[in-house]
Amino acid sequence: MFPSDLKPEQFNGYPPEARKLVSAYVGVLRGLPLSFLPSLLREAIEYDFKFPAERRALEKELANLDALSTEQLRDWLQGFAQIHLSAQLEHSDWINAPAQFVEQLSSYLWTTHQLDAFRNAALAYADRLRGAVPPEKPSAPRVGITIIGQGATTNGVPLFRKLRPHGAYFRAVKPENGLQLLLNVVAERAKAHPVPYGHWYIDGGRAAPYDPALTCVSYHGLEPVRAVLSAKIRSEIERPGMGPENLRTVLAQLRPADLGLPKDGDAVLDRFQVKMLTEGSGTQIFSTTFAQWTAREALRRAQPLTLLVRFAPRQRQKPMNEMLSASHEVAELDPLGSLIDADMGAYYNWLNLQRLPGAEQSSFLVWFEDHREAVAIGPSLPGGTESTTAAALDQLLSWAS
Amino acid sequence: MSSQFLPGSAKDRVRLAPYELARQLACTRREFLRCTAGIALGSFLLPSSLSARTGIAASKRKVIVITFGGGARDQETFAPEGQENIPHLMRELIPQSAFFTQVVNRGILGHYVATASLATGVYETINNFASLPPEHPTIFEYFRKDLKRPASDVWVVAPSNGFNRIGESSHRSYGPGLGARVILPKHLLTAATSGGTDYDHLLRDNYETPYYTPELGGNGFELQQLGTMLKLSVDDFKAHARTLSSPDELSVYIVRQLMRQLAPSLLWITMHDIDIAHAGTYSLYIEGIRRTDRLCADVWKTIQSEPEYAGKTTLFILPDFGRDSDDDAGGNGFQHHRTGDALSRTTWMMALGAGVREGVVFDRPMESTDLVPTLGSILGFSAPFAQGKPIQELL
Repeated sequence: MFPSDLKPEQFNGYPPEARKLVSAYVGVLRGLPLSFLPSLLREAIEYDFKFPAERRALEKELANLDALSTEQLRDWLQGFAQIHLSAQLEHSDWINAPAQFVEQLSSYLWTTHQLDAFRNAALAYADRLRGAVPPEKPSAPRVGITIIGQGATTNGVPLFRKLRPHGAYFRAVKPENGLQLLLNVVAERAKAHPVPYGHWYIDGGRAAPYDPALTCVSYHGLEPVRAVLSAKIRSEIERPGMGPENLRTVLAQLRPADLGLPKDGDAVLDRFQVKMLTEGSGTQIFSTTFAQWTAREALRRAQPLTLLVRFAPRQRQKPMNEMLSASHEVAELDPLGSLIDADMGAYYNWLNLQRLPGAEQSSFLVWFEDHREAVAIGPSLPGGTESTTAAALDQLLSWAS
Repeated sequence: MSSQFLPGSAKDRVRLAPYELARQLACTRREFLRCTAGIALGSFLLPSSLSARTGIAASKRKVIVITFGGGARDQETFAPEGQENIPHLMRELIPQSAFFTQVVNRGILGHYVATASLATGVYETINNFASLPPEHPTIFEYFRKDLKRPASDVWVVAPSNGFNRIGESSHRSYGPGLGARVILPKHLLTAATSGGTDYDHLLRDNYETPYYTPELGGNGFELQQLGTMLKLSVDDFKAHARTLSSPDELSVYIVRQLMRQLAPSLLWITMHDIDIAHAGTYSLYIEGIRRTDRLCADVWKTIQSEPEYAGKTTLFILPDFGRDSDDDAGGNGFQHHRTGDALSRTTWMMALGAGVREGVVFDRPMESTDLVPTLGSILGFSAPFAQGKPIQELL
């Protein structure tokens, strides 16, 4: 099956809004190379469960492709047209299972040494798309906040080494009531800029009380979901013939209800949470990984105006000799290891914030919870500076913005 | 095919030709090594014959290869901020080594397939997660067939079931009966402790697909051979394992036993603790690097202290590949090696010991497939199917 053979009824298996969207563009889809089209369909088939920012981006991308002439389309996608595909890929059900196609394509590109060519084609396309359809500017400057080191002492570990060159390092922060102050800032922003999925609070442990205007995801809150998922994985891997690719396919097909989430919940957020656990590596086991990956995906997908991420201690990875002791004690926590994880996680949160439109106006704060150290980064704060001024956390944010 | 997650700086880096990025990285490593380890640029040194330098005939030489796995980045190793994680490499090994700053892996960046490529000198395309032998002859087969060496003279110590087939290829001119014996210490420990509990983390096969363990096959080493070949009782093995903190430490323990009891001429050790990075925990990734650094030095000390090895052994240490850059929006930094960017493909190699000039750094680009023909030249066998070229600076 090739794109040129596409018919609208072949999208009948798509969720309703996705079907409607794609059916309107069947004409242009017929002219796209097979090495490209399933990547687009992989996004489109999830349209009903996408965040508003993702929906708008996809709509604009399809409209842009539709507006191109045949020659322009050929020019834009020539890199993809030169990718050679296998007969197996051509005959796979890429319409109904585009994600599986993309996964198999990735493996095929590595094997046939076409990965670099594909990568170049993707970058060239992304550049042209960005030129034709500039990314949406945020309605207000973005703010990112990361809280690290819950329950930890540094033991001499220097913090914020990667972030200090980009902002001001404060060593006399007033830590009192710090979490509440920051949650209040986020709640105020949510009220001032009421945007759906625009203001997030991600907690790597148990979420503190928060304003209902926030979108909240917590590792603790998903504990029952993680338990069901873990049982499903154990059951799947015992089935004959189950390999890593098959397992990934099974996990990708899991829906919120399969993992015990209520059917009347927020369908978009529930799908997002399930993806964090089924597609993330290490997110099921380590809370620090969960917090970092969830923040990355929230930024990439929802493009929020405000994101507060609070890391919590993860379970300790037992060394081999302890594993051999065959104890069944509840897993201990590793506050110092978690602090190091979170320090790097904060750097990744900042990097991912920088990848969004309007980055030059955004501000970022990282704070060592219950301690006096913080780094604030923003358009009005010079990089690589230090301050011993005693200041509350909300003051730092106002200086950074 | 969203484009919004590609920052200007990342785009600019990606837009550099891969060889330019690799060269930048090599220059950074070179400058760093010159400043901190005081080693000289080696490109002006004239080569001389290896046998003339060592005075040891090829038939008496021994080679040990350690893959510094699975995948570590410059910023956590050779960059200024990473040097604290590799004190043994920096202070003890590099000053004694010839260091190659630009080893490019143009193949598939999966640990089994990349290690198989290192061992065959050909970019293998086998499924990284299946229990399959390499398609091209391995160094172990070349060595044994050409030099008529017994099976006891060539060993591989590897971390997981997935590596069990690496000892011999499916090539019709080589293959079964001509390869290396492969020891999987974790597999042995599983067998030795059957009925135990709480081994899930320790005994999982790899970190990239933690829920999946390939079937064993090939020329494996079984538990009962611990006693007959390594003179090690199962009880002693289990008791010692209880004193170790990681699978790679167990591997090095087995390596020492092999060196003392069988003294193989060709020994290949694949480290893997670093690959815990796939779990996304930076602190455990750093711990893995520090442990691997220490274990490399331990192997070097063992070489110096074992009479069968001292003075006639060349040690090679090299990663199979790197990990994704922080700047590539398509990845998630240190966690994976999936983007195929230039930084994840550009690694390094150090050689030290018999016949190697000490304290020199070589900048020119080479490929990871160059290792097999180089070892062929050192040990005196030919590798007709290997795609790489011998590294002249080591001959």
